[in-house]
Amino acid sequence: MEFPEELKYTEDHEWVLVEEELVTVGISDFAQDALGDVVFVELPEVGTEVVAGKAFGVVESVKAVSDVYAPLSGVVEDVNEELPDTPEMVNTSPYDDGWMIKIRPTDNSDADNLMDTEAYQAHIAEEK
Amino acid sequence: MRYLPHTPEDVAEMLSQIGVNSVEDLFVEIPEAVMLDRSMDLPEPLAEADLLREMRQLAGQNASVATHRSFLGGGAYNHFSPAAVDQLISRSEFYTAYTPYQPEISQGTLQAIFEFQTLICQLTGMDAANASMYDGASACAEAVLMAMRLTRRSKVLLSKALNPRYRETAATYCRYLGVQLEEIAVDGAGRTDMQDLVAKLDDATAAVVMGYPNYFGVVETLADVAEAAHGAGALLVTAVAEPVALGLLKSPGELGADIVVGDGQSFGLPLSFGGPYVGFFAARQKGLRAMPGRLVGETVDLDGKRGFVLTLATREQHIRREKATSNICSNQGLCALIATVYLSLLGKQGLRELADQNYAKAIYARERIGALEGFSLPFNSPAFNEFVVRCDAGVERLLETLQAQGILAGIPLDTDYPELQDCLLVCVTEQNTRRDIDELVDALAGGVS
Amino acid sequence: MTQAGTSGLVLNEKLLFEHSEPGRKGYSLPTLDVPEATLPAELCRDEITGFPELSEVDVVRHFTRLSTWNYGVDSGFYPLGSCTMKYNPKVNEVAARMPGLADIHPATPQALTQGALALIYHLQEDLAEMSGFSAVTIQPAAGAQGELAGMLTIRAWHEAQGSTRSKVLIPDTAHGTNPATAALAGYDVVPIASDGVLSLAEVEAHMDDDVAALMVTNPNTLGLFETNIEPICKLVHERGGLVYCDGANFNALMGIARPGDMGIDVMHFNLHKTFSTPHGGGGPGAGPIGVAEHLVPFLPKPLVVRDGEAYRLDDDRPQSFGRLLAFNGNFGVLIRAYAYIRSMGAAGLKRATEMAVLNANYIRARLEDVYDLPYKNRSLHEVVFSDKNLAGGCHTLDVAKRLIDYGYHPPTIYFPLVVKGAIMIEPTETESREILDEFCDAMLVIAQEASDNPDLLHNAPTVPKVRRLDETTAARKPKLKWEG
Repeated sequence: MEFPEELKYTEDHEWVLVEEELVTVGISDFAQDALGDVVFVELPEVGTEVVAGKAFGVVESVKAVSDVYAPLSGVVEDVNEELPDTPEMVNTSPYDDGWMIKIRPTDNSDADNLMDTEAYQAHIAEEK
Repeated sequence: MRYLPHTPEDVAEMLSQIGVNSVEDLFVEIPEAVMLDRSMDLPEPLAEADLLREMRQLAGQNASVATHRSFLGGGAYNHFSPAAVDQLISRSEFYTAYTPYQPEISQGTLQAIFEFQTLICQLTGMDAANASMYDGASACAEAVLMAMRLTRRSKVLLSKALNPRYRETAATYCRYLGVQLEEIAVDGAGRTDMQDLVAKLDDATAAVVMGYPNYFGVVETLADVAEAAHGAGALLVTAVAEPVALGLLKSPGELGADIVVGDGQSFGLPLSFGGPYVGFFAARQKGLRAMPGRLVGETVDLDGKRGFVLTLATREQHIRREKATSNICSNQGLCALIATVYLSLLGKQGLRELADQNYAKAIYARERIGALEGFSLPFNSPAFNEFVVRCDAGVERLLETLQAQGILAGIPLDTDYPELQDCLLVCVTEQNTRRDIDELVDALAGGVS
Repeated sequence: MTQAGTSGLVLNEKLLFEHSEPGRKGYSLPTLDVPEATLPAELCRDEITGFPELSEVDVVRHFTRLSTWNYGVDSGFYPLGSCTMKYNPKVNEVAARMPGLADIHPATPQALTQGALALIYHLQEDLAEMSGFSAVTIQPAAGAQGELAGMLTIRAWHEAQGSTRSKVLIPDTAHGTNPATAALAGYDVVPIASDGVLSLAEVEAHMDDDVAALMVTNPNTLGLFETNIEPICKLVHERGGLVYCDGANFNALMGIARPGDMGIDVMHFNLHKTFSTPHGGGGPGAGPIGVAEHLVPFLPKPLVVRDGEAYRLDDDRPQSFGRLLAFNGNFGVLIRAYAYIRSMGAAGLKRATEMAVLNANYIRARLEDVYDLPYKNRSLHEVVFSDKNLAGGCHTLDVAKRLIDYGYHPPTIYFPLVVKGAIMIEPTETESREILDEFCDAMLVIAQEASDNPDLLHNAPTVPKVRRLDETTAARKPKLKWEG
């Protein structure tokens, strides 16, 4: 399982790529593995306001369903339009083709509270 | 007891394997205080022959469509069911099977449901149908809730010409969900009043719900309603209590309905004093993931062979729990199988001919009754196999008189519609011969003279 | 020893629609004996595209072949936990088909349906006696609708007290229908933890003055009696709430203990579980509810009541929460349940419960050395193992599928959620010791196979008409109807 160093992670297993203006969000390799084959992804529309810690979307496998939570508050600037038709990208490429949304955060410094790779791996070990 | 196989020796050996002394020891976890310290007070058990005697005696106290000439409809219809229907659904591989959660040994049930879903789509003109709901009324209630999920609105307009029991059931399901239910008036032709509808439609309206045909048998002008509803961003929910009509009438889908529900009882199910019937539920593709109930889908097995599975289960209660699209679990699977067998036997031509016969017989009865002195037809619109009759002399005594002659002439409407005092809902199907109808007409004429 | 399922001749069969030949039909209508009439053309549809055209023989072969791809209780052992797949007596089928019961129109005047109303009334009374409740209504069409009826009754009662409580407590062992139903009744669901059985302390910690009810299942889905049920009910009542009981597992209690006596306020029965009516491949069931005295006015309408010698449908119930169906419930199912109760009698029903519990404990005793048993309390009617001890990378699903090759329906799997890899076995009372032994032998052989040759499990089943099916593609690209 891979957990790229350049990303931040949440307790609910989202990953976050923090850049100058926007942050990109998806679910971690651990999350996709736990869910199994993803069959459906529901994402918000561009312009939707999201709130840190609240669900913004849903990922489903055949027999499980999981909310995806916003790591930061802000406005959705872009969504991965490919995912609804090819939800398997969440499994095959969780950090790249499987990205979900880009948020323009209200306050970028909120990202400081997220976990780095090491802390996230410790978190996973604890959950197991 | 013939259903309990263990001999005393079996019990003794099993107890010893378990390592307890008596059957009572198996219940040690139940606190003494709640143990029942007496026998249950139930009637003495009956041998099979005695049971059948008692059941025949109970059965003998009821009027059925076999003992009486029946013109009762109102959401339950007396149609003929070919012998092959009951013979086939009596195969115990069908009726003693559980919900098909293990697809490898449930392909019979699964393929039949897939066929049921297809038949319902073909009849209603919709994209997707589920594996069944309890009945037409509860399916209608679930459709109201689905329309609210899809539109994120909370006001629903129910036509007053929709079956009153369907309206009551929808009100029950909506009771604590913050729904604003409003009724739309009936116009002079027995249709949903378009002016009232347009006046009540607004940008908070999730859905307009109509019967098709409606409770009075009248064929609603669905296309106009669909246009009005869609203009306000609302959905059109159509409830079909008498689906034989769909052999003849334009499908609700063709006329713009977004969700079509109804009851499949007419498709070979016995009247059975009101149940079990089979609710059907169909919708447009875009609403698929908001649908309630089980869905069967086609797929392949490891060898690439075609097979069927329950699918999109993440909508359902066993996975999504409090966020499920419905709490439904058991549905009316065997009843859906009855409808599937029945429709296979009738087929394309048979269903059309059956619908034509029902229509023609009702027209014949309606015209003859309408011509009688003291009787009139309040609604002069195209109707399917039911129609409203006004009896100037009142209905209560008339019905009793006819009952004494072995005729169940219709359902009085005044309880549900005070404005339809002295009115009867009369239903005629292919099961009523011309002679039955003529006798009804004569009895009606004689009953008021 | 264990008899493996064998592959016999499996006949292939197309879809109905693929059989169709223009001009065929399998139905004969009487000659039209009234003048023809035509509906205005603008209201009429064109012919129904794709609708089947088959002869009666085509139809009979089609469904007969389909039936052979199914596994029913009449085919073999069905140890499906929480579903009580007991034998479905044949005489009940005969009774339900009597014309005087099967052909009654629901709008028939009540004076002419006294036999049907008497049957319903006596069934209500019998269920009330068995469960210790004041009244029973038979209207709900299935267990989940019974739950809804129960929760709406509870909510209507609170409303009548002027209370606006908004939460319902539900243990983590509950069926998914419990939270789904609470939500449908407009409640917020508060999950609470149980450690095998629910503790008074856990309920106490959550039982604030916004909690309308606790929903429990007793015995719970681990097959364990909720030993603290009495003090829990007392506490919930003291704090102004009510207790709902999911009665799916009532087969463990008949003649032994009554939920009404434990302080439960409402419970639903599953007539298609406890009372032997067939599951029909997913339904129809029936989910009557019993309620304590204070809740009777709030039950759905109509209710069947007796006035002297006459029975009637009581619609005049001003405090009722309303109606759930167009008519009077799944009467055809009620007939079968009534026939079952009349066949068994009080002693027979108690014996059924005792033998159901004996059978579950026997299976437990035979398997617990090999399969992990997460909760060790004395089991009632069902027993829950896990896949923890399995070798060869085999999981619960593999055991379930391998059982099919041995000729058994798999147990309930991956439920309850509190047991990882749960294997939930409910044998019911109608299975003989020989059947149980053969099943246990198969379970033990499978555990051995998991370590010796795990691919036998991973590749199972191989004997049925189809092998494991691709559920992922089915969900990703749903194909829900035939499209030619």
